Amino acid sequence: MSAALRPQRGQLPDLSRVTAVDETGVEERVARFRTRSIKTSSKVEALKLVLSMIDLTTLEGQDTPGKVRQLCQKAIHLHDSMPGLPTVAAVCVYPTMVAVAKRALGEHRIAVASVATAFPSGMAPLKVKLDDTKAAVDAGADEIDMVISRGAFLQGDYGYVFDEIAAIKEACGDAHLKVILETGELSTLDNVRRASVLAMHAGADFIKTSTGKIQPAATMPVTLVMLQAIRDFHTETGRMIGMKPAGGISNSKLAIHYLVMLRETLGTAWMTPEWFRFGASSLANDVLMQLQKQATGVYQSADYFSLD
Amino acid sequence: MDTQVNKLAFDGGWQYAPAPESTDHVTVDERYGLFIDGEFAEPAGGKYFDTVNPATEERLSQVALATEADVDRAVAAARKAYEGPWSKMKPAERGKYVYRIARILQERAREFAVIESLDGGKPIRESRDVDIPLAAAHFFYYAGWADKLDYAYPGRRARPLGVAGQVIPWNFPLLMAAWKLAPALACGNTVVLKPAETTPLTALKLAEVVRDAGLPPGVVNIVTGAGDTGSAVVSHPGVDKVAFTGSTAVGRMIMKAVAGTGKKYTLELGGKAANVIFADAAIDQAVEGIVNGIFFNQGHVCCAGSRLLVQESVADEVVAKLKDRMATLIVGDPLDKNTDIGAINSQEQLGRIESYLKLGVDEGAEMFQASCPTPDRGYWCRPTIFTGVAQSNRIVQEEIFGPVLAIQTFRTLEEGIAKANNTPYGLSGGVWTDKGAKIFRMTQKVRAGVVWANTFNKFDPTSPFGGYKESGVGREGGLHGLGAYLSLES
Amino acid sequence: MATTNARVPVAKTYKLYIGGKFPRTESGRYYALRDATGQVLANVCRASRKDFREAVVAARKAQPGWAAASAYLRGQVLYRIAEMLEGRREQFVAEMALEGVAKKAAQAEVDAAIDRLIYYAGWADKYQQVFSSVNPVASSHFNFSVLEPTGVVAILAPEASGLLGLVSNVAPCIVGGNACVVLASESLPLNAVSFAEVLHASDVPGGVVNVLTGRRAELAVQFASHMDVNAVVWNDGDNDAEREIQQAAADNIKRVVGRAATDWQKDAAQNPYLIADTMEVKTTWHPVGS
Repeated sequence: MSAALRPQRGQLPDLSRVTAVDETGVEERVARFRTRSIKTSSKVEALKLVLSMIDLTTLEGQDTPGKVRQLCQKAIHLHDSMPGLPTVAAVCVYPTMVAVAKRALGEHRIAVASVATAFPSGMAPLKVKLDDTKAAVDAGADEIDMVISRGAFLQGDYGYVFDEIAAIKEACGDAHLKVILETGELSTLDNVRRASVLAMHAGADFIKTSTGKIQPAATMPVTLVMLQAIRDFHTETGRMIGMKPAGGISNSKLAIHYLVMLRETLGTAWMTPEWFRFGASSLANDVLMQLQKQATGVYQSADYFSLD
Repeated sequence: MDTQVNKLAFDGGWQYAPAPESTDHVTVDERYGLFIDGEFAEPAGGKYFDTVNPATEERLSQVALATEADVDRAVAAARKAYEGPWSKMKPAERGKYVYRIARILQERAREFAVIESLDGGKPIRESRDVDIPLAAAHFFYYAGWADKLDYAYPGRRARPLGVAGQVIPWNFPLLMAAWKLAPALACGNTVVLKPAETTPLTALKLAEVVRDAGLPPGVVNIVTGAGDTGSAVVSHPGVDKVAFTGSTAVGRMIMKAVAGTGKKYTLELGGKAANVIFADAAIDQAVEGIVNGIFFNQGHVCCAGSRLLVQESVADEVVAKLKDRMATLIVGDPLDKNTDIGAINSQEQLGRIESYLKLGVDEGAEMFQASCPTPDRGYWCRPTIFTGVAQSNRIVQEEIFGPVLAIQTFRTLEEGIAKANNTPYGLSGGVWTDKGAKIFRMTQKVRAGVVWANTFNKFDPTSPFGGYKESGVGREGGLHGLGAYLSLES
Repeated sequence: MATTNARVPVAKTYKLYIGGKFPRTESGRYYALRDATGQVLANVCRASRKDFREAVVAARKAQPGWAAASAYLRGQVLYRIAEMLEGRREQFVAEMALEGVAKKAAQAEVDAAIDRLIYYAGWADKYQQVFSSVNPVASSHFNFSVLEPTGVVAILAPEASGLLGLVSNVAPCIVGGNACVVLASESLPLNAVSFAEVLHASDVPGGVVNVLTGRRAELAVQFASHMDVNAVVWNDGDNDAEREIQQAAADNIKRVVGRAATDWQKDAAQNPYLIADTMEVKTTWHPVGS
């Protein structure tokens, strides 16, 4: 993005033009995605695509360098007994673990994503959030997953939310910015749509549903609304924005239905890890078990797949 | 109208592999007789006709052609059953038979779905998720009314009419049979039903269900054939009540045919529904509503939203989004679980649709079709929209009964209402706006029997369905649907 | 030559009632209504198909406004008609006497007609509650069915009951928001025209009720076949009449309501199902969500 296009504080988009969203209609559309039946070669292709889109995540208070190094090994060696597997797209950790992850991943083309901005609540002064972001970037993070200020958003202070995102974007430098809307706290799909528009105009490279710390986390209806916002933003500006549903996507079938939804909403251009990610911790093994089942015709046991 | 610069791409990349529904649990006999007086019988004339899979043009089965003599027998059986066991049975017991039909249909649902898709061309997704479950639900709903009829009409005693002659169309073969049979039986009538000649199989399978449910012989009789058979059913002097779903032209003939006979009648006829989208609507859901409105069941839907009225300020956006959505619609094998749009029901209907496509172009409208591939054999029509059409165009005025949408714009609410109502039909309508007060204004002003606000093409056994004006007489479904099969005594 | 002071009574001209006005028939035709002695009581307008067409135009024009009036207001208007009729009881009784109805019977008929108007006035804001429904659909939608007027109704009034029969057909028709064109009893037309004057003096908007007099045999098919009429209500017919009317009505799938000859004095002759006869059921769906 050239400097001239970089969003400036105070350049709030006209949110009154954001189209309304009808919840029941969204759910019906999602139900229809879920009737798509993905079989055989199509399923194998989808499962591999899912693996390649995973942001393998550990965001626990009890995370240690040892745990993060284990996770990174899993990211590189998903299941070596199965040839031809991709690696995941990224590992996602707290800022204090970025350096560990960077070292553990070495030369592998797996990005390190760091949550930042007083994750998961985001309840800190802007300065703290900026420092948090800079620390992660300085430690080598390729991607920053920030959370928006839901309180400010819900009280209608859209300008504050916008400016905050724009400021974090600036602090990211070359790192990609994923903006977490924490949709589980936004209450309505209208708010999801509005927050999506706000985040994209403020400089988000990706918009992301959830921290994973709040229920509900990612859902298909919420993700659909965000995908549609991305589509309209693309129509309007020509810019592609990435999408990351996170939390709650733990089985292959559901992940494939997300891909169906992606394909039928944004089309083929978004069907790569560059534009779509799954934030998940347990999804990878379920996908691996499904791939093994496709290859052998036999249903699998978790005992045969490494935890991390 | 194609002003979208930053286009999305939907072709190439990851594709859905074929996902055919299994057919090995389904049997279709080589030949079906008429179901009269509780058993399958040879037709008096000894003639049979083919029923064809419209997706392959291959014969599925041969079906008996009922003559007047057969209809005579069926009506006599129905009369005997009416005066015998059926009208004397305790209503609660009658209801239990209808419940049994519902239950058996639920048990055999997948089989019925497959046969419905084979015989009629509709996608298995719809026959499985809409037609068959709704048919079962319809029987379940009306079964419960059997012993509660006096509560439906305050101050009245409800009495059955006698023998009902029912003629149903090919677009929802089993569901229409359920719409006809369930209330008729629950109210204590006996029935002679004629399914459409292109889609008789699920009705004949339903005859098996009726037999297996143990209904007394003659309570339900199913006679197959074409227009002559239908005419014999409708005109038979032993029939007390006529129920018809089909075209307005045939409905008009039936209304004339039963004039002066004292027969009661209900008619569910054609439509040309307006789907009205306001600028403040939830546009993405509205686009989905347009798709459900016109491409559901290949557009073979009397209440289809075949006229789209979009407020001018969002017309370009809506059309662009609709085209994107159309790019993801899959046309093809009805038995593939991913098929969105199946086969056109018959060669004849395909010809009719194609003549309208030509007419639309000749009238100066701009035609856009989804670019999806279609199979080599079978009867297919890509989803089609016409822009730049005028109220005076025939493609705006006449029912096409295919996946063909005429798009017009309007500026004000008043203009939207006026255009929506500028038709002799009045079956259904759609309204899309985020403003509650406007919804009520619109839904009150649209002259149609069913109005979907911020949704379209929804059906439920509890929900009355039927048209104003030339779209029909009477209602089916819900409490109001009982009236078609009762006489009310004071 | 001796003169007397006896006053010469002023005879009334019986005209049509169309769109809130009292025109003579455009055709210039009439039929003479005579009493038992052969004395001409009135030269009654023999309305033509053109008069009927004008009446349908007037009804179509008036109907949306009448339907949009609140139920409360429609009830008040019907009540007002009853009040006006009550005030002119003697006029109606006297006219019926001229037509050969015994005085007691005439009084009873006028009383019943007044009471019938009150009866239907009371239904104005109630029939909807009896006949509408909220339908518990299985999906996430709110679904309800209400009655709406079918539009313009053509009524062939009962022959044997010039006032009560007409009122018993008109009142349930208009209370739900329909507009109508009614053809009066051919042999007992006087009360019908006077009733039009009552309507005119009440608060019934012009065009909501249009009253024609004339030959039923000539007009019945016109009533049934007019493409801008939504329903035809006919009385006292037999199968032949039904055949003729229903076949003519089929061209625009008109609603056809046939009512057998009946004693309109009976309690059973008034009920809300007569309102429902010329109403449509509209079902509305809306999602429930946020």
